[in-house]
Amino acid sequence: METFLGLDYPTWWFLVVGGLFSGYAILDGFDFGAGAWHMFFRKNSSRETALKAIDPTWHGNEVWLVIGGGTLFAGFPVFYGTLFSAMYTPFILFLLCIIFRGISIKFRNMEDMSWWRKMWDWSYSISSIMLAFLLGVVLGNILNGMPLDNNYEYTGRGFFEFLNPFSVLVGVTSLALFMMHGAIYLLLKTEGKLYDRIQSFLKWGMVFFIMSYLITTVYGLTFLEHLSQVFKDNKALFIVPLLVFLSIANVPRLASKKQYGWAFIFTSLTIALLLVLVAFELYPRLLLSSGVEKHSITIYNAAASTKTLKIMMGFVAVGGPLVLLYSYFVYRTFWGKVKLDSDESY
Amino acid sequence: MDVEILSRIQFAFTIAFHYIYPPLSIGIGLIMVVFESIYIRTKKKEYEVLAKFWTKIFAITFGVGVVTGIVMEFEFGTNWATYSRYVGDIFGSALAAEGIFAFAIESSALGVLLFGWNRVKPWVHLVATLAVFLGSMFSAVWIVIANSWQQTPAGYHIVGEGMRARAEIVDFWAMVFNPSSVDRLTHVWLGAFLSGTFLILSVHAYYILKGRYVVLSKKAFKITLIVATISSLAQLFTGHQSAEGVSENQPAKLAALEGHFDAKAPADLYLFGWVDKENQEVTGLKVPGGLSFMIHQDFSTPITGLNAFPEEDRPSQVNAVFQFYHIMVAIGMFLIALSLFAVWRWKRGKLFDKKWLLWTFVFTALLPQIANQFGWFAAEMGRQPWVVYGLLRTSDALSKSVQANQVLFSLILFFIVYFILFLLFVYLMNKKIQSGPESEIDFDSTSLNKEISNVISK
Repeated sequence: METFLGLDYPTWWFLVVGGLFSGYAILDGFDFGAGAWHMFFRKNSSRETALKAIDPTWHGNEVWLVIGGGTLFAGFPVFYGTLFSAMYTPFILFLLCIIFRGISIKFRNMEDMSWWRKMWDWSYSISSIMLAFLLGVVLGNILNGMPLDNNYEYTGRGFFEFLNPFSVLVGVTSLALFMMHGAIYLLLKTEGKLYDRIQSFLKWGMVFFIMSYLITTVYGLTFLEHLSQVFKDNKALFIVPLLVFLSIANVPRLASKKQYGWAFIFTSLTIALLLVLVAFELYPRLLLSSGVEKHSITIYNAAASTKTLKIMMGFVAVGGPLVLLYSYFVYRTFWGKVKLDSDESY
Repeated sequence: MDVEILSRIQFAFTIAFHYIYPPLSIGIGLIMVVFESIYIRTKKKEYEVLAKFWTKIFAITFGVGVVTGIVMEFEFGTNWATYSRYVGDIFGSALAAEGIFAFAIESSALGVLLFGWNRVKPWVHLVATLAVFLGSMFSAVWIVIANSWQQTPAGYHIVGEGMRARAEIVDFWAMVFNPSSVDRLTHVWLGAFLSGTFLILSVHAYYILKGRYVVLSKKAFKITLIVATISSLAQLFTGHQSAEGVSENQPAKLAALEGHFDAKAPADLYLFGWVDKENQEVTGLKVPGGLSFMIHQDFSTPITGLNAFPEEDRPSQVNAVFQFYHIMVAIGMFLIALSLFAVWRWKRGKLFDKKWLLWTFVFTALLPQIANQFGWFAAEMGRQPWVVYGLLRTSDALSKSVQANQVLFSLILFFIVYFILFLLFVYLMNKKIQSGPESEIDFDSTSLNKEISNVISK
């Protein structure tokens, strides 16, 4: 197989897609997290501030989902088809929540009636929670493995098959992770009484995350042996879970010192490292067959042609830095604490 | 109902709904760039007011467009898994390119466009507006390329067999510039300009009729009318190009568009008509040999009819394809006539004299929307039974593992959610239009305000 800098093209694409989804999880993660906390704010002005903290950037964050989806589709079409049709129900719910969340943010401030605002507040918050949870559920199913036939088609049946104990645990963990991450983001964007209140949210968020992460890990180690196989085979790889542990442990330490900028970097790093962990557990598979092992979808049997992968490497090489550049510009433009009294609404 | 028909309804419904908004965003985006550029050059406050006002409307259409756009990307995988595998190499790469090169620019610059008025310098803001507009134009490029490849595949070869067969890219640029890409793209762009410009004309005609923002609206109307007139005339040309392309690359579709059954005979051009599929007859007003003339500049050159194709390879809904196509063409002609008439009155200095003309503009906003939808329906239904023309049948493109009750469930949810979304969209558009351009801007001391009150008091 053709290689580039010593790695074959499917592996490169595995890294690219992994990188894009890490970026997506870090970016939309904080605004899902901010949304999940939304109903804990009692006052309208607090809710407005919290919303305003994500308003200029959430659009740009969702770009990563669209690009991630496109690169997954193009790079691993077999996997794309199987995963999305197998996870039909959670993905449809995900779409509906994405829609509701988007319009809630857009429409909330277009009317003054309190029932109108409350309605959109609820819709925004519930859909944010659902989105964070559903992303985890899908990831849980990927890690868990699925029944596949010799054409890599999903053979599972039933509306609710996507809900199993492990996928629910991963769903709750991702919600908790994003809530911790989102609380820290809000701390960076707020001040005064609201800031004090979010500090107490963060404490709960950290407890929630660490508990759910521990339970999920113990459950995974006990019931899903295939996940830890790669680490048993290659002891040197234990460095990855160790780094995850250190990164998580660093968050409460930094939070207690109120170094929230650094804490945000470490929650972001935690998200990325957790996905690196997932990548090691899977590679070179993308989706494990829960029946016959050779029915598993791997990066090789799922990959597009090498020519397409090469073309898209070119796209990413040109487009990737551009995306980062625009994002940098937008974040710089809206840097700093949110002010409610300015006339920047539209 | 089975999975196939439910999935087709779901896709048709979600894409038709989505296709209301991006064309509006592109068209309004173009005029926003125009208004803002004039403002930067002339420093006249009224153009800033116009740019800001249309930005608010733009924000609503863009928002609905984005949230309904992600749906389609997911549906390729959820409902059309076999299709996704078959075309992933090609369709997927165009979709990825759209995300990386187009959508990313639009969405990042949107934050600056909406919230950056007081944060960045005016020219930086103009760059952001331009970036959002160009980004949406590039989105159309990649999406239309992906769709055009389905209509007229090129630059690929087929690898594997049966369930594992799929198309792989051999020549990237041949894939991008497949035989129908350019014609269809220009047609889609102009359709978008028309939907945006006629909405703007509609709103300002309404203000003039109601005696609100009259001076401002007259200026906006004239500028937009120029763009609308050029676009509607150019659309005639791209429409013709597309029809020629269809005759060359998708003869069965062309035959369906005109209800032409005879395998080898000159074809008529219908202004309107009704297709009786059983008796293979069209009743209506026609130009004998007109289609032959349009394609071959000769009234007697034969055009391949539907009977030249096996029954299972032709579009089944011939009358529907015929009607959608003819309504689209009729609307196009009407838009040309209306805009030329308005320009003529403008030259005589009487553009705003007749109430009925302004009212016509108020209601015309809906027509480009209908034309866009119906043109799209004709293009997609005319392609059936193929999802990738001549290569993959729609019935083979489904997700094998998805069941009818799952699709029915999602279809019902989409109906409900989109219904709510549409009501909100109409409500908020109406509210923004009723509250008007000035609402959030202090105009007391400007001469424009006096000018307006002078006009009204007259």
